[in-house]
Amino acid sequence: MAAEATCGSGAASTKSVAEAARKSNITSFQRRGPKAGGTESSGPRLVSIAGTRPSLRNGQLLVSTGLPALDQLLGGGLAVGTVLLIEEDKYDVYSSLLFKYFLAEGLINGHVLLVASAKEDPANILQELPAPLLDDNYKKEFDEEVCDHQTPETNTKMKIAWRYQLLPKMKTGPVSSSRFGHYYDVSKRMPQELLEASNCHGFFLPQKMSSNLKVEPCSLIHGYTKLLQFIQNTIYEEGFDGSNPQKKQKNILRIGIQNLGSPLWGDDVCCTENCNNSHSLTKFLYVLRGLLRTSLSACIITMPTHLIQNKAIISRVTNLSDTVVGLESFIGSERETNPLYKDYHGLIHIRQIPRLNNLICDESDVKDLAFKLKRKLFIIERLHLPPDLSDTVSRSSKQDLAESAKLLGPGCGMMAGGKKHLDF
Amino acid sequence: MFPELNNLLNTTPPGVEQGKLTLLCDAKTDGSFLVHHFLSFYLKANCKVCFVALVQSFSHYNIVGQKLGVSLTMARERGQLVFLEGLKSSVDVFFQAQEEPHPLQFLREASAGNLEPLYQFVREALKPVDNEEATWKCPVLLVDDLSVLLSLGLGAVAVLDFIHYCRATVCQELKGNVVALVHDSGDAEDEENDILLNGLSHQSHLILRAEGLATGFCKDVHGQLRILWRRPLKPTAQRDRSLTYQYKIQDKSVSFFAKGMSPAVL
Repeated sequence: MAAEATCGSGAASTKSVAEAARKSNITSFQRRGPKAGGTESSGPRLVSIAGTRPSLRNGQLLVSTGLPALDQLLGGGLAVGTVLLIEEDKYDVYSSLLFKYFLAEGLINGHVLLVASAKEDPANILQELPAPLLDDNYKKEFDEEVCDHQTPETNTKMKIAWRYQLLPKMKTGPVSSSRFGHYYDVSKRMPQELLEASNCHGFFLPQKMSSNLKVEPCSLIHGYTKLLQFIQNTIYEEGFDGSNPQKKQKNILRIGIQNLGSPLWGDDVCCTENCNNSHSLTKFLYVLRGLLRTSLSACIITMPTHLIQNKAIISRVTNLSDTVVGLESFIGSERETNPLYKDYHGLIHIRQIPRLNNLICDESDVKDLAFKLKRKLFIIERLHLPPDLSDTVSRSSKQDLAESAKLLGPGCGMMAGGKKHLDF
Repeated sequence: MFPELNNLLNTTPPGVEQGKLTLLCDAKTDGSFLVHHFLSFYLKANCKVCFVALVQSFSHYNIVGQKLGVSLTMARERGQLVFLEGLKSSVDVFFQAQEEPHPLQFLREASAGNLEPLYQFVREALKPVDNEEATWKCPVLLVDDLSVLLSLGLGAVAVLDFIHYCRATVCQELKGNVVALVHDSGDAEDEENDILLNGLSHQSHLILRAEGLATGFCKDVHGQLRILWRRPLKPTAQRDRSLTYQYKIQDKSVSFFAKGMSPAVL
């Protein structure tokens, strides 16, 4: 089983490797090798949908956000039926990138996409999706390569240092260990043939608004009502709710909603503090969550929370979403030139992780996280202060740095505030 | 049901007090574990429970309930539990016009709605039935959580009225209990929510307030629980005493300890 999983493709070579592995490992306790993403049919029995895996903690089906590092921070991935809210950075540079990662991951796994926007045509958004770093052809070659390398290795037994034989084989290159979560190259576009093969539903607000002028009185802003009806129709027609059994292979619907709450949607939460329809946004989120909970779908929403005037709405929106991730970029702020942050492009705050089927949630211990955008990859890592290498740094400038470090995100801020308050 | 919390509150499932309003409140943390506690507590105490669940799906409450030793599906089949699943019914109410008024009818209404249908639903659910020869001890209304109602476009006064009606019916008339969760918005300056929270604090007999630590996240201490009893009729030392404990949530239980006495620190 383990060996079979290690190199899924190439039936002939698999058998021989499996036999070899059985001979070499007599004990029944075997380390389950990482699945090197073979064909879908050779996947484990539990997962029948491509690009999903069950959570170890609560048994929920998870999908990847398209960023394996973010998946890890969110407790393995995004649970199906939940909402991921991205609080946009000031200029919507990096949040739209996360948005595209999420959609690209769905496209690679053959999920159905639903893209809603009031700003850009969804077709244009799809055109700009980043290319996966590993397409299927290359992956097959890669797998064969790995298998070829392994066959002689498993036959030769180590005489000295035999313990190293048990260690898992190191993988080279940014190959995800399974079909769950891929890496993307932001410098390249998604290949056209993948785009054409995809099943995508676009919701472009200006088009939908002009198509139907009949406005019935409702408790929501017209654009939100239209979008909810569109999502409900898609879920019903494609059979993502259990009531209408799917004829084909079960699939996941990935919903992406861009710049929700911005004035383009016809919402005035960004304009005044005491707005007329302040409940539209929260009601929309509630009904959307109701729709998601009863269907095989996951949703990403980017929201310009820094524009929302009334703080109370932000806290209500947070309470009504499942996972909340905040982005804070350094562009245009004084931190851009601060030597402390020279390695990073911004901070990422995990504000909320849902508690699903459980009393506790998978919260990571690390709260201070930063991101940077390399030439090809978007990287999230633990925030480190650079080492102070110079001997002649004056004491005063050091204190300046320490002061500015206190101004970090809430995670750090709380620790800094801990000087005057001790819980234990 | 967490035995340690029962010890702190000095209650056991057989000895349920009647006619009380309990306010659960959480600030900068998630207080849902308290809802799960009271749900399993009253189900074990053989009370008839009406659960207005606006935050999560039935399966979530059911799976957590199973970890705490109660089965919600069984309770629902027995008729002990009446479950209103807000998320699911919101979709039905929103997309289809209902013939008879639905408890969550206000979702469709453009103007600020009222909660009378919801109150009627609660009253129907908890109304004593003659032919059942009173197998259940006392009726209990549990709401998770009231802040969601504010987000759905209701005013704080409407929600306070709703709770007042429920108290009159459930606590006074039927000698039962009401338990409700409200978020404390903290520094978000949510005026409506503050009105609701203060109004409820004024009425309730017992307040359980879960707070995140002021010093931030900690792996071994998830927060602190403040217990505030208001017993105006008992002029004893117990009157108006407030207790603070820190807690750690585990897979199936919650352990409470005095401030600074976390096993990880000692």
